[in-house]
Amino acid sequence: MVSLTVNGKTVSVETSGDTPLLWVLRQHFKLQGTKFGCGIGQCGACTVLVNGAVVRACSVTIAAVDGATVQTIEGFDNGGDAIAERVKAAWIAEQVPQCGYCVPGMILSTVALLRKIPNPTDTEIDGAITNLCRCGTYDRIRKAIHRAAAGGAAP
Amino acid sequence: MTEPPRIVNLSPRLSRRALLTGSGALVLGMHLPLLGAGEAEAAIGTNSLVPVNAWLKVSATGVSVVSPASEMGQGVFTALAQLVAEELEIDWTSVRAEMAPFDPVYANPILGGMRSGGATSIRAWFLPMRKAGATARQMLKAAAAQVWRVSPDSLVLTTGLISHPPSGREASYGALAQVASRQKVPVEPPLRDSGRWTLIGRSLPRLDSPDKVTGRAIFGMDVRLPGQLYAAIRHCPVYGGAPARLDDSALKTSGGGYPAGVTAVVTLKDAVAVVAENWWLARSALARVAVAWAEGANAGQTSAAIDAALVRALDPKDPRAVAIAVNRGDADRAIAGAAMTVEAVYRQPFLAHAALEPINATASVTASDCELWLPTQDQGQYPRLIADALGLRPEKVRVNTTYVGGGFGRRFEADVGLQAALLSKAVGKPVQLIWTREEDIRHDYYRPASISRVALGVDVLGRLTGWRHRVAGPSILGRVNPGAIRDGVDKTAVQGIADQPYPVPALHVDFVRAETGIPVGFWRSVGHGANGFVVESMIDEAAAKLGRDPWRFRRGVLADKAPRALRVLDLAAEKSDWTTPLPAITGARRGRGIALHEAYGSVIAVVLEVSVFHDGRLVLDRAVAAFDCGQMVNPDIVSGQVAGGLLFGLSAALTGKITFERGRAMQSNFQDCRALTMAEAPPVEVHLVSSDEPPGGVSEAGVPPAAPALTNAIFAATGKRLRALPVLDFDLRDG
Ligand code: FES
Ligand code: FES
Repeated sequence: MVSLTVNGKTVSVETSGDTPLLWVLRQHFKLQGTKFGCGIGQCGACTVLVNGAVVRACSVTIAAVDGATVQTIEGFDNGGDAIAERVKAAWIAEQVPQCGYCVPGMILSTVALLRKIPNPTDTEIDGAITNLCRCGTYDRIRKAIHRAAAGGAAP
Repeated sequence: MTEPPRIVNLSPRLSRRALLTGSGALVLGMHLPLLGAGEAEAAIGTNSLVPVNAWLKVSATGVSVVSPASEMGQGVFTALAQLVAEELEIDWTSVRAEMAPFDPVYANPILGGMRSGGATSIRAWFLPMRKAGATARQMLKAAAAQVWRVSPDSLVLTTGLISHPPSGREASYGALAQVASRQKVPVEPPLRDSGRWTLIGRSLPRLDSPDKVTGRAIFGMDVRLPGQLYAAIRHCPVYGGAPARLDDSALKTSGGGYPAGVTAVVTLKDAVAVVAENWWLARSALARVAVAWAEGANAGQTSAAIDAALVRALDPKDPRAVAIAVNRGDADRAIAGAAMTVEAVYRQPFLAHAALEPINATASVTASDCELWLPTQDQGQYPRLIADALGLRPEKVRVNTTYVGGGFGRRFEADVGLQAALLSKAVGKPVQLIWTREEDIRHDYYRPASISRVALGVDVLGRLTGWRHRVAGPSILGRVNPGAIRDGVDKTAVQGIADQPYPVPALHVDFVRAETGIPVGFWRSVGHGANGFVVESMIDEAAAKLGRDPWRFRRGVLADKAPRALRVLDLAAEKSDWTTPLPAITGARRGRGIALHEAYGSVIAVVLEVSVFHDGRLVLDRAVAAFDCGQMVNPDIVSGQVAGGLLFGLSAALTGKITFERGRAMQSNFQDCRALTMAEAPPVEVHLVSSDEPPGGVSEAGVPPAAPALTNAIFAATGKRLRALPVLDFDLRDG
């Protein structure tokens, strides 16, 4: 049995320890905003924050996050995270999403970036946002990150 | 607990893709008898969403537009809702969109059948959706007139309310919906004049964004049904092969059964699947099932052999293998007599779609019916396909479409929906089948590999005299719809050649079908993508051979014959500072490439700037697109689609290829089937030309100019002409 804190709630799960965090989130905890895209840590669709750090949930086992604190896109639903609120608002202001499948992972990666670097340069963005968007929304993502960094004002 | 093993063998009775064709006509949903006034009054007051017709539901607080097209990222929910709402006198903030269930009434008038693709949605629905809105408006008015026993002309519609000023009466659309749905359907309701449009043409925010930024949007994999099980699948590594022998002994427990939670191992026509209570369990269990495959006829196929076969197909021994698509004038003579000629051979690899949401479907099959939930571009094919495979009647098959995490043509294929239905039938429970990314890349229906040989002639004035173009490769229509092949020509294989924007007095285009055993399918922009690369490379070669500036040369070739093309070409040149030399960067050779393409009633020009470093490293510095798609419903969505299409095309041109050894795809996931990243993608500027032309296609238009703009830029920087793709196969170092 593994216990962890997910979006502020302590939860536990009985499953084989090698199950990736991604599938425990999606299936046991019904947190489906975390997406499956590649399963090998390449695409970032499954990005979550573990103890505040960006983690590809497909590539970490549930056993490895025993006792950890995990944040998913649903963790931002209550509006209590000021940075996440700005990021989500910026994503809408810049009309970023196309198919939207990369979006939750992108937003988690961005929140982690802005917590560390409140006003990132383009190079810092390139280094931090390694998630894939097959719809090619990168320009708008970049603008949205700058907008969120500027407190919501257009970049 | 150990359950007894269940190995189920299923072979669907249907092997060929069946196509359902809808009528294509706009039919409104409810034709119920007209109510008497008393009954009508009794019906007032409903607050939930009530359908007025097949396209619109209304409530006291807003409207929901029913989209016949799948939302795959192209913004169609929003754009179609704008079209309906334009005719409705409604506050845009109260407008929602929802996906239509499968019904022949939602057949796409261009494609036939309920499906979304080919950049058709706006072209197909521009008029019908406005009519649907206007019809609903008339019916709501008629309803109020009937209930209040007043003349329709005395009624006023404002932001979701109908009022009768003389009596001061007022009702919301929602309150009148039920009565409205029983009114006579007006045949030709008047449409608002384009000069009075308040919603069409505006960059309104997308209706799907809020659900997408919160993670609440339901994609295929997010469907959850009571009692649902999950399946993982492994296909025969070679296309066309089948499971021969299956050994599940490594999966079995000491008691001889399957481990707890594992429901069944199921053999399908070309694959083996495990059904379990969660997907990871299914996937892990499947890894312990050994399968011996009967690999079939394609087991020896290699990319080298495919390339050799395509080269041979350029000069077939049997002249009847050549299918003539266009023959206008005497191209050979026109080329022979030209002042300057260019002849070249171009090659392109197989390409995978790799939408970010892996292939998946959820099915619930009972003895009498089947319900599907899936991200699909082609609902229309399922009822007959599933009904035939399961022995049901087509009316008993219901198809629900989720948000689609990228389509790009891949989700025209019915493979996964049928598999999910067979699995659900096998275990008697709802099943969600999820392919791994590896299964997706290795078992795609790829953009065809092809080889093209082209000759063109230019006269002393710099105009084309003749153009001869042969494409050899596998046929998409030959697989999906052989009846659409005319006189041996698969029109998707030659798109973008005869219909190029440049005037060509003498033109000969032909096609040699050369099947390779590798399945091919529709891939964003289909033949335009491949042929756009060849045509724009050839034009660039001609400019280079004449020592002319590529932009000015194109202007001369277009002459005064293609004003829309000329306009975007000039705009792209202007916005990219074409005539200003690129500033030097230490250690790099720099260049700009230009490309023009016309398709789907739209025309696009792209300028790409690159730096090629002496060590061979390539940087895409900037992309500028100029685009004219005629009337636009939502310019902001248009510009996002153009930028996205351009990056999709650049990804493929730079890195995209699927190669084969022993019949197996050699790529499997994003580490070797690469997609451009944030750091690699160039900034893209999109400049839209406003135009009164009828609406053209948008979502595919950015793809065709991407590859040639890139390779033309590399030529400008290095003098190296790339006549094959992907670019990363080439050594771009100095010398
Ligand atoms: S699914 Fe985890 S990185 Fe792609
Ligand atoms: S919006 Fe489709 S993958 Fe990013």
